[in-house]
Amino acid sequence: MNTVFYISSVVGVIATVAAITGFNAVHSLLYLIVSLLAVALIFFTLGAPVIAALEVIIYAGAIIVLFLIVVMIFNPGIEAVQREKGWLGRGMWLGPAFLAAVLVAEMVYILFRNVSVGHPAGAGPIEPAALGAALFGPYLLTVELASLVLLAGLIGAYHLGRRHDTEETRQEQHREQETETEEQRELTDMGLPR
Amino acid sequence: MASVPMEQGLLLAAVLFTLGLVGVLVRRNMVFVLLSLEVMLNAAGLAFVVAGYRWGQPDGQILFIFVLTMAAAEVSVGLALLLQLHRTFKTVDIDAASRMRG
Amino acid sequence: MLHLLFLVPLIPFLGFAALVALGRWLSKGQVALIGVGSIGVSALAAMLVGFSFVIAPPEGDSFSQSIWTWIKVDGFTPGIAFYLDSLSVIMILVVTVVGFLIHLYSADYMLEDEAGYARFFSYMNLFVGSMLILVLADNLLLLYLGWEGVGLCSYLLIGFWYQDPANGRAARKAFIVTRVGDTAMLIGLLLLFTKLGTLQIQPLMEAASTHWVAGSSITIAAAGLLMGGALGKSAQLPLQTWLPDAMAGPTPTSALIHAATMVTAGVYLIARTNVLFTLAPVIHTTVAAIGAGTLILAGFSALTQRDIKRVLAYSTISQIGYMFLAVGVGAWSAAMFHFMTHAFFKALLFMGAGVIILGLHHEQDMFKMGGLRKQAPLVFWTFLAGSLSLVALPLVTAGFYSKDAILAGAWASDAGGKWLWAAGIGGAVLTSLYTLRMIFLVFFGEVRTPFHLKVGPRLWLPLVVLAFLSIVAGYLDLPETMGNRLWFSDFMHTSLPETKELATSTVLNLQIVASVASIGGILAAYYVFLREPGLVRRLVMTPVGAALHRFWFVGWGFDWAYDNLIVGTYVWLARVNRADAFDQPIRAIALINQAGHFVLSTTQTGQLRWYATSVAFGAIVAVGIVVFVT
Repeated sequence: MNTVFYISSVVGVIATVAAITGFNAVHSLLYLIVSLLAVALIFFTLGAPVIAALEVIIYAGAIIVLFLIVVMIFNPGIEAVQREKGWLGRGMWLGPAFLAAVLVAEMVYILFRNVSVGHPAGAGPIEPAALGAALFGPYLLTVELASLVLLAGLIGAYHLGRRHDTEETRQEQHREQETETEEQRELTDMGLPR
Repeated sequence: MASVPMEQGLLLAAVLFTLGLVGVLVRRNMVFVLLSLEVMLNAAGLAFVVAGYRWGQPDGQILFIFVLTMAAAEVSVGLALLLQLHRTFKTVDIDAASRMRG
Repeated sequence: MLHLLFLVPLIPFLGFAALVALGRWLSKGQVALIGVGSIGVSALAAMLVGFSFVIAPPEGDSFSQSIWTWIKVDGFTPGIAFYLDSLSVIMILVVTVVGFLIHLYSADYMLEDEAGYARFFSYMNLFVGSMLILVLADNLLLLYLGWEGVGLCSYLLIGFWYQDPANGRAARKAFIVTRVGDTAMLIGLLLLFTKLGTLQIQPLMEAASTHWVAGSSITIAAAGLLMGGALGKSAQLPLQTWLPDAMAGPTPTSALIHAATMVTAGVYLIARTNVLFTLAPVIHTTVAAIGAGTLILAGFSALTQRDIKRVLAYSTISQIGYMFLAVGVGAWSAAMFHFMTHAFFKALLFMGAGVIILGLHHEQDMFKMGGLRKQAPLVFWTFLAGSLSLVALPLVTAGFYSKDAILAGAWASDAGGKWLWAAGIGGAVLTSLYTLRMIFLVFFGEVRTPFHLKVGPRLWLPLVVLAFLSIVAGYLDLPETMGNRLWFSDFMHTSLPETKELATSTVLNLQIVASVASIGGILAAYYVFLREPGLVRRLVMTPVGAALHRFWFVGWGFDWAYDNLIVGTYVWLARVNRADAFDQPIRAIALINQAGHFVLSTTQTGQLRWYATSVAFGAIVAVGIVVFVT
């Protein structure tokens, strides 16, 4: 199992590096899918088959596909690649790379300073049934909250993604203005400043 | 089966997170920024699962599910913002949206 | 009837309050009734009190009446309390009686002032009330209250016609110059209180005589500071510059405040605190020296003036110099006697000058007057009576007796008395010269401006009464050579120290010399100003004469000196400190804030990646702190 873990982790890291340093958006997203698949495999080795599946289905299958759709809308073309090359000179990577190195060094230090304390291994894969029981049990409220988050995301995405110069939105704006002037007239009738 | 030591799992999560961070800081194209954010979120979820595996409880996986949910909502909103950015500034360069300077 | 004492200051204050509240809606007659009537009632009360005090003197020759406790803190409880002894009796009688006559006069004089009639009487009433508080106070704090009150009224009344900015300037000048003296006095009061623990006058005098050694620096400091206050209020060297300019006020004001009463407050203060001055001989002699110097200086200045009121102003400065000379040599009762006679004849002279000014339609330049002897005979005779009293014409005028007592006291003094006496004699000659010059210019010669005024009883009655008093008041104190009936001095000696006695022959000789001086001055004036006016003109034409004339005309250059030395220095300092050194640190705080803001706002680039970088950096630092420090 460990070897699977090590190989998958190496693949994942390389794929991530390729994803963030790529010039073509679609290529980067595909590299990202590879990285996510590697991580799904790691989940499998860690005894979490359910979320390994969820990772592939939702993360790689829905979220990244959504990304791809939006990138396709833009239809970048060759000039996008040229632009990316222009924006990413050699010097750009230095600062963030330095910060990242410091951060990794800190985390390595935290993680490996008490190596003598060997942590016991996990008790094996965790049953989906246990997962379901936990979701319907102690974490019930959190599930509801998650649905609220999704609702908020839905509304936000709809509103932010609207075109503001279509017929529909023009009508909406017109109706808004009418109610606005009505409100102002009411206020002045009552003698209040606007 | 031989188990994976927790520190190495967390180390992998840390490395992936850092790579995502670098991507956020360096890239100017908003697509790549959002992509790097996804990498960071994924790494955080990995850390949760590793921890849950170490204790032998499903809690880590549940938290990963929530992280996933949140990532999905965030991606949809983020992509909608990307569309707005493109419509308003005619570019996907996030440095263009810097009117709140000074 | 001594318990009526509180009415004496109270009624003028009530008059003030009534006029302030209701003055707008009252007719001129009603205003005059309240304004003059309040002083009249107060004078009546004062006369009753004085009469009962003289006929049946109370125990210890003093009467105290406490009204209420003003301040009550640990170890310091001054009250509103009045102390009546012979000194106060004389003061309140003079202030209220002369004040009443002047108020009566001004009821007519101020008639042409439409808007300010009530305001004028309210200020005058407030003044009389404050002056009475000053002289009746039994503690120095209450005296200081009255002191400040009269200073305020002086300011208000000098600048009465405030529409002319020159009047405002004169008022401010008076206030500021007296302020210098008042500050010295306040420091003196603080010194007295911290060292002796009380401000009640009688206990203070006792404590000073028991605890303080004569001639020690503390007594010199205390007496010197009080002297400073007296110099300011009484317009003596070096604080005399305000009084000639104070003539910008209405003539009744000049008569009441700047001749008869307020300017004598300094003399009163020194007389009240005489123990302190006898404990500090240096200061005591300084007072006499200043008095002598001032009387000579003012005499020369009076000789060159054109404005009739300015002549009288310098004359006042000179006569108060005589009073300072008297208190300085220890002739206390002589000083008070001269105060009384001076109040009579100086108020008379000012009121007479006022009638002349009104009649000549506000002409004040003596060289444009003349021949008024025939045009205004009543004014002429009363003015002449007052002038002769000022000149101290022997035997028939009150001024002779009072001035003679001062000169005798000066001669008898140990500290350079002969020089002081010589200054007094010189001053007497000068007094004759400038006074008769004034008389000859105004009343003799040809008429240059005709006199048109209906002199009603409210105008001539005070003149006549004061003329009468200017002549007969002297007989209250017949010296040794004339019967030795020193009623006034004996009365004063119940509250003031005794003066040195002189041999009768010495007194006679001194009287003869003084008489020669005054009569000689009169004759010299007659010759120079009436018979041969060309002589003076030729003298003034010579370079030395012209320079002297100019020098004396501007009051010996004090105004010029103060303007350049004090005012000029201050203005220069203000100009140098334009950038305001004290403001810079405060401005620096604001500038630092602005600089900091500018620096920090450059970190707000508006770019997302920059913000993300700062977050990452912060995270690293925070993790580092958690890991490595704790």
